[in-house]
Amino acid sequence: MTIGINLSAVKKTKWYEFAIRFLMGGLITALIGIIAKECGPNVGGLFLAFPSIFPAAVTLVEDHQRKKKQRVGLKGEKRGREAASLDAAGAAIGSLGLLAFATVVWRLLPDRNHWEVLAFATVVWIAVSGSFWWLHKRYCRR
Amino acid sequence: MSESLIRFVIGGTLVSAFAVLGDVLKPKSFSGLFGAAPSVALATLVLTIIYRGPNYSSVEARSMIAGAIAFFAYACCVSHALMRYRIHAAVAAGLFILLWLGISLSLWAVYLR
Repeated sequence: MTIGINLSAVKKTKWYEFAIRFLMGGLITALIGIIAKECGPNVGGLFLAFPSIFPAAVTLVEDHQRKKKQRVGLKGEKRGREAASLDAAGAAIGSLGLLAFATVVWRLLPDRNHWEVLAFATVVWIAVSGSFWWLHKRYCRR
Repeated sequence: MSESLIRFVIGGTLVSAFAVLGDVLKPKSFSGLFGAAPSVALATLVLTIIYRGPNYSSVEARSMIAGAIAFFAYACCVSHALMRYRIHAAVAAGLFILLWLGISLSLWAVYLR
């Protein structure tokens, strides 16, 4: 259950994979601005929790795991899917943190220092996500 | 520089930063948390606060709660589909976007409109 850092994972990521994520993130953020302008903040706000990074991330995880197995002569399709499924389960837990992030910003932003609220909400996101992740690992092992 | 271009650059940068953080962290289930990082939300809220003020941004954050609930259902369905069926991650993640859209718009129509 130890959390670690694996810097070699960055080397495995190709330049176009970085570019796709930059493009997706940029396009979604620009699009949200346009939606909010046309339809108002009530509708535009929904897209602040749009899964913009998730599809690329889960595809990369599957691809990297499959190739890792293929290098030792195995098909790797099942392992790739399992790794992607685990990644998606992690994102589901992260979305609970996203819910907490949104609630903090909604309740505190009008009356407090804006930048402190955003910083605090980000800390709440990782704290809530990390706590649920730990609880899931501790009590819901597959 | 137009507002959309500034949004594009800041959004792309924040999404990439959170994605790299997710890449280097292990185990997989923990790095998966970063698939639901508030990267787009942060980029949007920073610019919305500057251009339109905190009250406007607060309304966006309230709607974001519905989007986050939809995200939870979306990610659970993708995870389940990948574990149970022979389906590629890109296909599952792409198809279930419709589920995210359906749930978030339904919540908006019932509670936020």
